[in-house]
Amino acid sequence: MRFAVLALTSWLVSAPFVAAEMAVTNFELDNGMEVVVIENDRAPVVVHMVWYRVGAADEPSGASGIAHFLEHLMFKATGELASGELSETVKANGGSGNAFTAQDYTGYFQRIASDRLELVMSMEASRMDGLRLVPADIAPERGVVIEERNQRVENDPGALFGEQMRAAQYLNHPYSIPIIGWMHEASALTLEDANAFYEQHYGPNNAILVVAGDTTPDEVRALAEEHYGVIPPNPNIVARDRVQEPPQLAERRLRYSDPRVGNDYVMRTYLAPERDPGAQKEAAALTLLAEVLGGSQTTSVLARKLQFEDQASVYTAAWYSGQSLDDTTFGVVNVPVPGTTLEDAEAALDESLAEFMEEGVDPAKLERIKTQIRASEVYALDDISGLANRYGSALSAGLTVEDVQAWPDILQSVTEADIMAAAERVFDRRKAVTGFVQRSTEEVTQ
Amino acid sequence: MIRFALVFAAIVSLTSPAAAAIDIKDVTSPGGIKAWLVEEDTVPFTALELRFAGGASLDREGKRGAINLMTGLLEEGAGDLDAQGFTIARDELAASFRFDVGRDGLSVSARFLTENRDEAIALLKLALTEPRFDQSAIDRVRAQVLSGIRSDNTDPNTIAGDRLNLLTYGDHPYATRLDGTLDSVSALTRDDVLNAYSDVIVRDRVYVGAAGDIAGDELAALLDDLLGDLPTGGAPLPEVADVALDGGVTVEFLDVPQSVALFGHTGIQRDDPDFFPAFVANEAFGGGGLNSRLSLEVREERGLTYSIGSFLVNWDLSNMVLGQFATANETVAEAIDVVIDEWRKVAAEGLSQEELDAAKTYLTGAYPLRFDSNASIARILVGMQMDDLPIDYVVTRNSKVEAVTLEDIKRVTKRLYRADDLHFVIVGQPDGLEEVN
Repeated sequence: MRFAVLALTSWLVSAPFVAAEMAVTNFELDNGMEVVVIENDRAPVVVHMVWYRVGAADEPSGASGIAHFLEHLMFKATGELASGELSETVKANGGSGNAFTAQDYTGYFQRIASDRLELVMSMEASRMDGLRLVPADIAPERGVVIEERNQRVENDPGALFGEQMRAAQYLNHPYSIPIIGWMHEASALTLEDANAFYEQHYGPNNAILVVAGDTTPDEVRALAEEHYGVIPPNPNIVARDRVQEPPQLAERRLRYSDPRVGNDYVMRTYLAPERDPGAQKEAAALTLLAEVLGGSQTTSVLARKLQFEDQASVYTAAWYSGQSLDDTTFGVVNVPVPGTTLEDAEAALDESLAEFMEEGVDPAKLERIKTQIRASEVYALDDISGLANRYGSALSAGLTVEDVQAWPDILQSVTEADIMAAAERVFDRRKAVTGFVQRSTEEVTQ
Repeated sequence: MIRFALVFAAIVSLTSPAAAAIDIKDVTSPGGIKAWLVEEDTVPFTALELRFAGGASLDREGKRGAINLMTGLLEEGAGDLDAQGFTIARDELAASFRFDVGRDGLSVSARFLTENRDEAIALLKLALTEPRFDQSAIDRVRAQVLSGIRSDNTDPNTIAGDRLNLLTYGDHPYATRLDGTLDSVSALTRDDVLNAYSDVIVRDRVYVGAAGDIAGDELAALLDDLLGDLPTGGAPLPEVADVALDGGVTVEFLDVPQSVALFGHTGIQRDDPDFFPAFVANEAFGGGGLNSRLSLEVREERGLTYSIGSFLVNWDLSNMVLGQFATANETVAEAIDVVIDEWRKVAAEGLSQEELDAAKTYLTGAYPLRFDSNASIARILVGMQMDDLPIDYVVTRNSKVEAVTLEDIKRVTKRLYRADDLHFVIVGQPDGLEEVN
């Protein structure tokens, strides 16, 4: 067996994978709506998505959670649709759909048989400019959102701590505020808040249509012009220009205790640059740095040093997502074996990082990561929702179709030296938040 | 507004269900291993799904968690390769192997490129036939399992599931969490892991589904190569589970702002003549989305929860109707009352024609959409074989849904939804709620 494995290595270096063929077309409607069509006739299915370039980070001060609350309310009545009718119609046609809110975007999608694309498009167009909220919509849906916050955050100590980390990471930028909103503000959102946000931010000139699956650019163009093209641009929409971070000069340290914590851990995030249009190299290096340091529970640097050599940790990871309109974060976590103090766990983590900065990147490991990235482009062709998400999220976070298409090659072009240089720049403790999460001694059950 | 009316007129003629346009081949290897295959050569890779029946329910007495631990160790070294070596070999091939275990089966989900298929299968074979179970790997993975158990022990959803399973299944393997307890996992030895391996990984209990860029004869040869060396036999499968659950309310106090509710009673067998009416009825009553009766009453009307649903659960050895929601501690009692009212109402009255029609069009329309990726097709093919469904089931399934009538629904809801038998397990600090047993 070993021979077979060794023989493969040389094959990998010499042979690139079959290039993944994917037809992506993009154009813009006269009213400013961007359109991306991803052709894939793997199954008679389409994914239809509308992404708005507005998210939680665009909320007015004091109304945290309004972007997400409005996303819920978008399923209420419009000029043409009764409350709940959109979901009912999608379901009655065998489709599924939902919506999501992030810091930089809000998205609505349906997945349905490809002969029903026009149906979902007509309904999505109806709520782009025709939402008709009434006072009776507010209290029950706000209750739903509060229960969502309870379920996702209040009942989960890790999620509560994550909010505190972000609040400490950003000194000025609204990424410090949770998407779902602080409890006291989300509980007080009103019909007026929702309408104001809708009127300020929704419209074709702030939207990206992504259709992926068994369709053609001609079909999508004709349908989009008929349904979205007739909606006038919203004059209230202006380019996003958020407040930015001042220089971060002082390291922040947090301690959080909760009786519901199952395993103590230390986590650190560093402020990090994001992918920018035409300038993605640094983000590519950081993406590979995260893979090298913490992308595998077996072979990455932190796993090897802390889980294998020292057997000091149960779990380690590193992560980075470059898709962000403004400064993002690079994170590392260490869950030590029980009985270890978090001071020792942090010291072990720092020692591993320091050793890595001395030793550099293992070239064979980097080559394996690049191999997997190439293969992931083949596997991606089997997942039309994933393809649609890739374009929609990138475009609504300020990137272009060209940036998305250039990204795999940029990743392949990153060298060991690029990764180490990016690591030097990002591992700056003055821009970091370090958090200790501990089980408090009081009993959890009463 | 007029543009809109026209679209709706056009849609009515489109709502007839699309048939699932997939062609399932029955493949038997020269060595006698059976598989179902959907060939799809547009993307140069294959998804292969294996499931070994029995799964974690084959844990030996006092060894709860052994099969789960063993499953986690299958990718931690095999043959000449230690854990690091195995991962490196797999990553060089850009293949992915996922090992997972449930109540009824141990599943292997593999994905590999056409251009290095033979090497990928050779490596997977090594994991299945020559796992090393090194003591260092056992200790490392055990620590990960224990950390997962510690986290789950304070999670309200897990606590609710534990309590309901214990009330339901008594001393059957289904009664306890398959990853074991801190004590049971801490006490496992390498011999326990070896026993778990020989109890579960056997050739005559494997079900195989494949989808992607592979021909039938290629798959047949691959299966003998991959699985032919495995032994037959394995540990005896457990008996059908007796359900001991009675109607009532059980409260587990936990200091959280939102209570979690899990509830249910016995359900209906997959091969019951009324299974399809039950399946359609539950879609309208508690199925996915915001339009089910439970969702409309508890979420949309009253804003009491973010999500609520009811499910027909068909384990190999037990059938249940289960439901769940989460709501603020102050509103648990109200939400339970609404659920019980709806349970009584659907049992007494069945569904309306509109509800039945909507459930049918959804189920028939959604069915072909499930077959949208190699991995999901391979999983469906295994599931169909484990449920003992015929190979043409994908063609006939929608007409079984279509055939359900209002009378069928009325008959089955009366039998299926029994409010007096419902047992609610609440985890949290619910206000004004009495335990009833």
